[in-house]
Amino acid sequence: MVSNLLDSVNTIQTPEGVDIHLRIAGIWPRSVAWLVDLLIRGLMYALLAILAGVLGDFGSGLMLIGFFFMEWFYPVLFEVFNKGMTPGKKFLNIQVLNSDGTPVGWSPSMLRNILRTVDFLPFFYGLGFASMLLNDKFQRLGDLAADTIVVYVNHSTGITSIPEQSAIKPSYDLNLKEQQSIIRYAERSQQLSDERMQELAEILNPLDIPEHRMTKNKLLGIANGLIGRK
Amino acid sequence: MKQSEFEKKYEFFWSELENKLISDYSSASNNSKQGKDLDSIKKNQSQTSDLGEEFPENYRLLCHHLSLSRSRHYSPLLVERLEKLVINAHQIYYKRKTHMLAAVLIYFTSGFSQSVRKEWRWVLLSSVLFFGTFFGMLVTLQYYPDMVYTVISGEQLAQMESMYDPSQDKIGRDRDSGTDFEMFGFYIFNNTGIGLRTFASGLLFGIGSVLTLVFNGLTIGGVAGYLTFIGYSSTFWPFVSGHSAMELTAIVLSGAAGFKLGFSIINPGRKSRIRSLIDSAREAVYMMYGVATMFIIAAFIEAYWSSMTDIPSVVKYTVGIINWLLLITYFLVLGRQRAIR
Repeated sequence: MVSNLLDSVNTIQTPEGVDIHLRIAGIWPRSVAWLVDLLIRGLMYALLAILAGVLGDFGSGLMLIGFFFMEWFYPVLFEVFNKGMTPGKKFLNIQVLNSDGTPVGWSPSMLRNILRTVDFLPFFYGLGFASMLLNDKFQRLGDLAADTIVVYVNHSTGITSIPEQSAIKPSYDLNLKEQQSIIRYAERSQQLSDERMQELAEILNPLDIPEHRMTKNKLLGIANGLIGRK
Repeated sequence: MKQSEFEKKYEFFWSELENKLISDYSSASNNSKQGKDLDSIKKNQSQTSDLGEEFPENYRLLCHHLSLSRSRHYSPLLVERLEKLVINAHQIYYKRKTHMLAAVLIYFTSGFSQSVRKEWRWVLLSSVLFFGTFFGMLVTLQYYPDMVYTVISGEQLAQMESMYDPSQDKIGRDRDSGTDFEMFGFYIFNNTGIGLRTFASGLLFGIGSVLTLVFNGLTIGGVAGYLTFIGYSSTFWPFVSGHSAMELTAIVLSGAAGFKLGFSIINPGRKSRIRSLIDSAREAVYMMYGVATMFIIAAFIEAYWSSMTDIPSVVKYTVGIINWLLLITYFLVLGRQRAIR
């Protein structure tokens, strides 16, 4: 990874000495997740209010207690018990983690959600937005204090393998970067159309010499050779 | 070792682990729901999860595979797959386990009072600001009663007057408002919310906490002073005496926790500002668990005890004083023997 490029990937070293890369979620997905949660909460408020209407005075007491918990603990409960995902975040495939990549516990989750009040100032998340824009991990003030980040959830990708072909030895030695590009090309063969694969292979034809023509199959053959198939 | 050989050798191990991780994800959330059951807690502690005893070993082996495939420049897809596996396993392996019941018990028998004593400077500052403005306003109004209009509107005053009118059958609330339970809900929603906001706004270099403390001191002092001046002492003071200890102390402690947040940014000492904030915030929110509980207890007392009218004032004052003494003793005495966590 070239370090001087702008990138939202955050690298964390685990105690086992390997690096893991987490993709930080930006303002847009987080705002949408917040909106989805707002809708859900709105619905639940409405339900509570209806229930309160049926139960009378006792109901309105219950409703106010419900409002209190919804306002302050709705995100906390989901973040602690649902792998850092409120329903809105789940919808958008993002999750809250400690900045070392471990799941959030009670204290960090409480903190970031109580401090939401400050992020909301002076109006509609003004400080929160400012903080997220000034910060390389898109953390709002609550995230900064609680030492948490919001990242995209990892989905294990379907295992794509390189289609089997008889190996071809390239006519000259390939350096490491070239080898990697060819393997990557072969791995993507199931995601791309045949025409596109052919088109990509054509890039390797600087001169139109028929006997040295590079084709899709030739490249796949080289890739097979590179990963050690016979 | 060529990539395909490597894959062939470990494919079974990886896919096995992949399946286990997926199933553990769903079962882990099930376990946490039945946390009250002691047996299930014990089970959770004795085995990491359904992943079995060899999980730590497997996890380390997996990490090793990831580094190997990176250093050998295996294909990005393989590296990506292993990395995703590592990320998932890492989250399960390093999940912080808490023993909820024990933690709560330790917190209320020592942790809470220790944290308040540790922050005595901020508690002191917060008390001076709140009680200073409160008593200042209370005393001033006895000589210049018109001053009350600088902090409270006439409309609100009229409402207060009717709430504490000695001819009321339920004091401390509007004539048309409902039952004790409804008021309990209202006090939780309103007062605890104010406390949490007082704490949060401390993040703005402590300014937010100063403002809320002074504002609350002035208005509460204003109401108390005005009602005393117009001669409603016989209803107002017995009403507030019961829950005053819990509620006022909780406001002061919210402010103190807020100051701790704000000051950690102003004067981080030898740490970086952000590190200082993170460390102080952990301690401050630890204190807020107890403060929120105090607000809820205060709401309970206010809704069910304070509103009773058929209890003589002497009893109410006595209970109020006992509450203050108990609370002060709680913060001064509890948890002195146990080492600070």
